Amino acid sequence: MADGINMNAIILTAIWGIVMMLAGAFIKNKSTPKYLAIGGLVLIILANGIELNWQEPLFAIDVKDMLHTNSFNLTFIAVMLVCTLLYFLLNGRDIEKVGNHVAEYFALIFFVLCGVAIVATFNTLLMLFIGIEIISIPLYILTGSDKRNLKSNEAALKYFLMGSFSTGIMLMGIAFIYGGNTSASFFLDRINMGAGTMPVMIAIGLVLLLISMSFKVSAAPFHFWTPDVYDGAPTVFTSFMATIVKAAGFFAFVRLFENAFGTVQPQWQKLIVVITAATLLIGNLTAVFQQSVKRMLAYSSIAQAGFMLFALFALNEKAKEGLVLYAAAYSLATIGIFAVLIKMNDYTIDGFNGLAKKQPILALTATIFLLSLTGIPLTAGFQAKFYMLLAAVSNGHQIWLVILAVLCAAISAYYYFRVIQAMYFKDGNETVEQEWDVTPAFKALLVITAGLIIALGIYPNLLLDWLHY
Amino acid sequence: MQTLGIRFPELLIWSPLIAGLLCFILKNEKNSKAIALFSSIITLAISFASIIYANDKQLSGLQDNYVWMKYLGASFSVGLDGMGHLLTLLTAFSFPLIFIATYSNSYKNSSSFYGLMLLSQAGLLGVFTAMDALVFYFFWELALIPVYFLSSKWGGEKRIQATFKFFVYTFAGSLLMLIGIIYVYLQTPATPTSEHSFAISAFYNLRLSVAEQFWLFWLFFTAFAIKMPVFPFHTWQPDTYEQSPTAVTMVLSGIMVKMGVFAVLRWLIPIFPAAVAKYDTLVIGLSVFGMIYASLIAIKQDDLKRLVAYSSIAHIGLMCAAIFASSQNVNHVGMQGVMIQMFSHGINIIGLWIVIELIERQTGVRKISQLGGIAHKAPVLTIMLVIIALANIALPLTNAFVGEFMMFSGLFKFNIWYAAIAGVSIILAAVYTLNMVQKVFYGETNALTATVKEIALHEKLVLAVIVVAIFLVGVFPQPMLDLTKNAVTLIIGKGK
Repeated sequence: MADGINMNAIILTAIWGIVMMLAGAFIKNKSTPKYLAIGGLVLIILANGIELNWQEPLFAIDVKDMLHTNSFNLTFIAVMLVCTLLYFLLNGRDIEKVGNHVAEYFALIFFVLCGVAIVATFNTLLMLFIGIEIISIPLYILTGSDKRNLKSNEAALKYFLMGSFSTGIMLMGIAFIYGGNTSASFFLDRINMGAGTMPVMIAIGLVLLLISMSFKVSAAPFHFWTPDVYDGAPTVFTSFMATIVKAAGFFAFVRLFENAFGTVQPQWQKLIVVITAATLLIGNLTAVFQQSVKRMLAYSSIAQAGFMLFALFALNEKAKEGLVLYAAAYSLATIGIFAVLIKMNDYTIDGFNGLAKKQPILALTATIFLLSLTGIPLTAGFQAKFYMLLAAVSNGHQIWLVILAVLCAAISAYYYFRVIQAMYFKDGNETVEQEWDVTPAFKALLVITAGLIIALGIYPNLLLDWLHY
Repeated sequence: MQTLGIRFPELLIWSPLIAGLLCFILKNEKNSKAIALFSSIITLAISFASIIYANDKQLSGLQDNYVWMKYLGASFSVGLDGMGHLLTLLTAFSFPLIFIATYSNSYKNSSSFYGLMLLSQAGLLGVFTAMDALVFYFFWELALIPVYFLSSKWGGEKRIQATFKFFVYTFAGSLLMLIGIIYVYLQTPATPTSEHSFAISAFYNLRLSVAEQFWLFWLFFTAFAIKMPVFPFHTWQPDTYEQSPTAVTMVLSGIMVKMGVFAVLRWLIPIFPAAVAKYDTLVIGLSVFGMIYASLIAIKQDDLKRLVAYSSIAHIGLMCAAIFASSQNVNHVGMQGVMIQMFSHGINIIGLWIVIELIERQTGVRKISQLGGIAHKAPVLTIMLVIIALANIALPLTNAFVGEFMMFSGLFKFNIWYAAIAGVSIILAAVYTLNMVQKVFYGETNALTATVKEIALHEKLVLAVIVVAIFLVGVFPQPMLDLTKNAVTLIIGKGK
């Protein structure tokens, strides 16, 4: 079977995005788009599963080797799709509340997923660029979707300006690499590094690509947009941006640098070391001072990015496995904690006071999500961090960076546990009675998400077996 | 080798784990207390049975093994050797005592309370039986989480800050150890199924270079030193002991600190002998300094809980010093002393906490200056307390005498000056312990203590069991010494 024809996910997400858009024109009922979206996503997951399990593509299209699929990136796509499904199921009702164009929101999310599938499989710099843009543009719209909210508008504009800027940098990087490449090709494996030090043009291109990708995954010092955008965007969409989009960005980042520049890793590894250290420190230290849980989670997403950067630092088999595991663990936990957060009236940490008494299931599952983000054993978050540390240590050289990372993980316990303390050990304000928009189905889904996290924490091979398939 | 005996380590973990989860699921406020007590007694029975059926093999005997993470070479592997037997026995023996002694207490949400207690017991038993580094790390953390929740939920006024400090300290320490574990793992040779292995035998057979040992030693030792705690890593301990509910303080000081001592013996000395040889003087110096320092602070304490907390730092300091002294000098006596003292200290300190708990429950205070004359009102309590207090200062005939005597002989052979300075702490222990006994139990009764009543039957029973254990081990320590003989030979043989 030739490479590059397994693209069920890419085509189906794009088609379903269009279906959702058309549905928006014809369906006036507010809750129908949600079911349509969930149904479509289930079909896409099945199609992707068929491809992963039996290597059976529905669409046999010759892509001239511009996309590459293997069990590794198909598994990653599957993880992202399943996380999105959970996200739809948990947050469907809240997406409906954002505004009047429900079907369009779902359509945009499907387009993002199409981009995710492209950046997970790209084999040329052009496909990478297209994938990143397909992800970014719907996100600008989603960020500003709460039209009457000034903060949402501000966030969207900020995101758009900064995002376009970084896209420009990426394009320039690609141009430099194309220009400096003696074989004049966009294909990742045909970039000519030359012997010894790499040519200046390639080096400049590499640095520019590094900067723009760091921007996309909000690695320091290119992270400044993250807290404002995450805070300003409607919380449901923050949840999506902080999880699926971020994980996909990392996956693209790692694939780009592995396939295009993997052979000259010693020449750029120092840069990654600096970025990783800065991301860990800035993300964790700033998160400590946040009073709003939503903003804290924004900084925590930067901090977690620091750990994911280890995949880029190590760039070995364990790192790639770890990245998929990390993407799953981090996305599940973050989707879960955001789903709980959306139900709160008060986003400050004090707003969580006494939640254990009022909503024991919400508090218990939120605790599991937070423990997973901290990296406590028995949760998927531990396995993910463990794999990253394993990859980094086996890479050898920079043990101090690993030690810095675990000290930062200890700091992260501080801000995650503040929420747990508020929920369990502090008494809530009894006078403020809030309406809980919490259905039994929602609780059951939270429990399922938490169950998945614990299952992966006890036996990560549930997921890793697919990579070794 | 599918004999009955081979399943014991597993059973030890399952029994409290299942009972703990049962408490959570049933959510029955009344019955959870009974479930907890019942399961802890079953665990004790399993522990006894495992010792009786022990076919005295070192590490390979009594071991359960399941493939867990096949790509990494980690297996769920638990087993019992002599040292494991001793500490699982301590854990299994302590929990029924704790449950009975606090039987009259009623905790809010008691199902969660007892559920978490049992989960922490499962974690502790896992730590003492783990034969795979990753399994060890898992349980090491899992023992911590329930205790964190217990202390933060049911503790004193400043509980949230105090227990959080404790949590962050130990969490940071454990993560450093995790890096160490990963590094050592990556040096292990390939097995038939994977590139490297987390099995303890692979760790033991490794010959790490001296330079590697030097820095790896600190990654591991920091984690263990925080847990024990050894000066200067002890600052979390008095606050946490003071703020935790007494039942949890018993678990913390009686059993959890032994995790640190145990881990040094099992995961440090045999794996990094060269580093131990290099840093032994430093560690012993810290320990001995900590002993004197903690004892001096203990003299000044007015709060009973803080007094016992500092006294515990001093006792653990002696154990730590004796380990490092004995492993270098191939001193079996000193190492045997550590073993027996791990058990004795656990029993004695739980006894002290029980007495404090009984006093606090009746009078509502723990301040030495506000108490007095309890002996007139509660003679049985007083007799028991005096015996336990004498064991705390290691008088002959008590269990602590055996252990401390042997440990001092180990320290003496290492360096006479260290032994002499450490010896001062015994005198200081007598000062603060007897001072406490005198002020709290003798003298005039006051308004607070006038209403004190004699303790109930089940409480007498618990203290009597402890007193019997004190004398039994004090007069006839040989069975216990035989139990750990092979473990000591192994540790010293590897650590030389």
